[in-house]
Amino acid sequence: MDLSLSTRTEGDRTVVVVGGEIDVYTAPKLREQLIDLVSSGQYHLVVDMEGVEFLDSTGLGVLVGGLKRVRAHEGSLRLVCTQERILKIFRITGLTKVFPIHGSVEEAVAATD
Amino acid sequence: MAHVELTLSPLPAHVRTVRLVAVAAARRAGLEAGLVDELRLALGEACSRAVALHARHAPDVPVSVLVTDGPDGLTVEVRDRGPAAGPLSGNLAEEMLDNADEPDGLVDPDVALAVLSGLVDDCDIAVRPDGTTVTMRWPLPPPVLGVAGPGSTAVAQA
Repeated sequence: MDLSLSTRTEGDRTVVVVGGEIDVYTAPKLREQLIDLVSSGQYHLVVDMEGVEFLDSTGLGVLVGGLKRVRAHEGSLRLVCTQERILKIFRITGLTKVFPIHGSVEEAVAATD
Repeated sequence: MAHVELTLSPLPAHVRTVRLVAVAAARRAGLEAGLVDELRLALGEACSRAVALHARHAPDVPVSVLVTDGPDGLTVEVRDRGPAAGPLSGNLAEEMLDNADEPDGLVDPDVALAVLSGLVDDCDIAVRPDGTTVTMRWPLPPPVLGVAGPGSTAVAQA
């Protein structure tokens, strides 16, 4: 399955809903989306990954790149993910300590710390 | 002993094709579902890494992938052409933050290797003069009754 992307606004947060496979072929699409959001002044992002079926280190690199961009504007990038097979790669790389990872979009949107 | 061999032009689009083929071969060989997921991710990492290296250093040379199932389990070998793996930083997350977003959008080869090492218990990374060979192995369940070779005993293990 290819990558699917959609965005919506919830309060001062922008929720990016990602589905399908994030790999070396599809990751550029996600990168463009994150760059576009930051360029248009949206610095508080919630990336909903519950529909993601596959994520490799290329995809992780794009998320880390997004985090650096929003941080440059004192923004935030929160992830929503409960899938063990996706969380595993965050643990292996130690990125669980870098990204706030939430159990639901509601929780991520409400989070302030 | 059966094998599937693939050679692919180093293009990102082909990495998915390789994942699909290898997953089909692994399922056919009887690899358990959780390990099929692991193989999908590990092979994706190994191939993304190879594609990134070839794109930068050997764009005309194909990447080679060999999937073999036999008595020792399922073996997946990915051979690339390019500079050998560098030493891994102690803090992978820091390294990713420092090097986020490679200019060409391809994977950081060292990060991919670190993920492979963390993911697959039996993973061997061998440096050749012209590149690296990544070999990963997974155990297969014993052959199912009825498809074993001649002379096998048709007694169910209760």
